[in-house]
Amino acid sequence: MNQDWLMGLLGGGLIGTSAAIFLLANGKVMGASGLIGGLVDKSGLGNWQERLAWIAGLVIVPAIITMLYGGKPTNITGNIPVIIAAGLFVGIGTRIANGCTSGHGICGISRMSLRGIVATVFYIGAGGLTVVIFKHVLGII
Amino acid sequence: MRNLMAILAGSMFGAGLLISGMTNTLKVQGWLDVFGNWDPTLAFVMGGGVIPMALAWAYSKGRKPALGGEFPTFGKPEADKKLIIGSVMFGIGWGLAGLCPGPALASISFGGIGGVTFLVAMLAGMLLAPMVRAKLD
Repeated sequence: MNQDWLMGLLGGGLIGTSAAIFLLANGKVMGASGLIGGLVDKSGLGNWQERLAWIAGLVIVPAIITMLYGGKPTNITGNIPVIIAAGLFVGIGTRIANGCTSGHGICGISRMSLRGIVATVFYIGAGGLTVVIFKHVLGII
Repeated sequence: MRNLMAILAGSMFGAGLLISGMTNTLKVQGWLDVFGNWDPTLAFVMGGGVIPMALAWAYSKGRKPALGGEFPTFGKPEADKKLIIGSVMFGIGWGLAGLCPGPALASISFGGIGGVTFLVAMLAGMLLAPMVRAKLD
């Protein structure tokens, strides 16, 4: 198997296991946009410590791994207006839809949730169309 | 203990995102780029993630979370306007930058000015979301 696919499967297994731990121990759905967004709009301050602890792990561990073993660049575009627009769309969209790739994707699809499946179809569809238009038609990204 | 398990889950999530290549925006955009040089890695990440989580859901039936409380309950599933509009907006942003909320945080230590800009814009978007949501109600 292609090395990248194998790493994808391994990393995915780690992601799924982390979500399983969060569910079985803490009793919560591990959705990144919900855990972060609840602190930003103050709707989730009731368990702010748990949220901050989760965010700390998410930020610090990749930083340590990158420091020790070197990291691969994110290769994000240098086009700042595009980045700002993208960030705003991701922030607003995930909160209105109540989930992102982790919440609707991993946690939703794994319990065959209708909302999770519908959301995943629409964000992958919209993402695909966006790449086609902005990369192949307009040549911006 | 809850915080400790949250750190553990966040840490494993971050390591998983890094290992799987999901902090590389070109891999995400490569997955979305069906008319270009299509990269199926993300499907393997999703597959690898769904399996342990499906087992966890199955195990949770009839049990309670180890640290107390109740497992989440889900109301009648409704694919409403907000779910679809929000997901389309998320998809547009995801396609444009190749980052979603998890990887945006996981890569903040090495993502440079572009990564920081994205994160600040995303947090601003999350702050604005309740206003937008009210308009869709």
